[in-house]
Amino acid sequence: MATVQKQAEGTAAAPDLDVDGVTRRSTLKWMTVAWIGFTAATVAGLTATMRFMFPNVLFEPPTRFKAGDPSTYSPGVDERWKEKYGIWIVRSTDAIYALVAVCVHLGCTPNWLAAQNKFKCPCHGSGYYVSGINFEGPAPRPLERAEITLSPDDGQIVVDKATRYLYERGQWSDPKAFIKMA
Amino acid sequence: MRWRQLQDQITASQLWKSIFRVGVPNTNRKRVLAMLGNVVLHLHPVKTRKSGVKMRYTWCAGGVTFFLFLVLTFTGLLLMFYYRPTVEYAFVDILDLREQVPFGIMREVHRWGAHAMVISVWIHMFRVFMTGSYKPPREFNWVIGVILLVLTLLLSFTGYLLPWDQLAIWAITVGSNMASATPLVGIQGPGTSLLKIGDIQLVTSTNDARFGLLGGRFVGAGALLRFYVLHCVGIPLVAAFLMAVHFWRVRKDGGISGPV
Repeated sequence: MATVQKQAEGTAAAPDLDVDGVTRRSTLKWMTVAWIGFTAATVAGLTATMRFMFPNVLFEPPTRFKAGDPSTYSPGVDERWKEKYGIWIVRSTDAIYALVAVCVHLGCTPNWLAAQNKFKCPCHGSGYYVSGINFEGPAPRPLERAEITLSPDDGQIVVDKATRYLYERGQWSDPKAFIKMA
Repeated sequence: MRWRQLQDQITASQLWKSIFRVGVPNTNRKRVLAMLGNVVLHLHPVKTRKSGVKMRYTWCAGGVTFFLFLVLTFTGLLLMFYYRPTVEYAFVDILDLREQVPFGIMREVHRWGAHAMVISVWIHMFRVFMTGSYKPPREFNWVIGVILLVLTLLLSFTGYLLPWDQLAIWAITVGSNMASATPLVGIQGPGTSLLKIGDIQLVTSTNDARFGLLGGRFVGAGALLRFYVLHCVGIPLVAAFLMAVHFWRVRKDGGISGPV
């Protein structure tokens, strides 16, 4: 510190110039404040711009919906909710489950081909059995199943697409992955 | 004699002199001043090397690309007078552009022009690569060019959705699903599942990269509008700015490269 001071005194030819109260020190101080302020404002502006692209309200169908009484489903694949919610309700011999109608390859909507007893994706040809298990085409894994329960109020089927059950994780035997039918 | 008088009167008028400031460009100095004093002419270099105008060497692929960009800007502007980017109207407006609008070929000009531009960009890059024109001091401009290639492809990608037919919707569904594989900010991306507080995932299907692109969880009204804005305004503005940089750098790095 002392050395620095001595040097400063020694170089008297370049003193801390004071022009109308503006010194090197005050300039540096205010420039620092200005740059920090500018950077903060820029970051805040960019963050606000990013946030602007994510709206607070989504005008999309809800992920949870009532799908009617279980007795209205006859054995086989039911397509009544496919258009609106992207869900197939399938009744097998002893259970009802909800298949998500999104191809696990690249996200297209497969078709139910009743004559060939399979789901077939028109985009790249992935094929799935009624169970949802893949057997042809590029699909890397079975279709996903959505949570399916019975409403305690009126006994209707309630499907929640937000909760998924994956075959490859052994989740299809989870009690909420199907409704037991006598 | 009277003809001569009239001519002198016109060329001596304030109107004439305010437009043609340099006079007859009959010396090299006047030619340079005429070029530099005009916003359109100054885009072209005052001098070019002989090799710079050899089609066999440059293929004019970059020039063709720029020309196609201008064609696409103009035809795209015309299409915007009829096309409405909403789920209700988009598809029928595309049909109307063909059936009900004079010169129904305009949309096809835009479409084929877009295909041609992607091809000419590749030819341009191929030429630049094969002639070694990416080498220093032009390496900076090569990078600008690569960004412009990506923007060209993004323009094609965003324009692909606008007809709003089955091909468009599913192509964009497939294409935008790739965004969900982005590291950390895509819902299926590597590392994303690690970002959580307790049991709550920070990145969900309503705030990941794919959602930002589509404005929804699937390709719907929000996606159509976003892609329209990006296609017509956002990406062209960025591309035009980078093109200005690109052409500027060609000049500053010694002009169009010639045979060694």
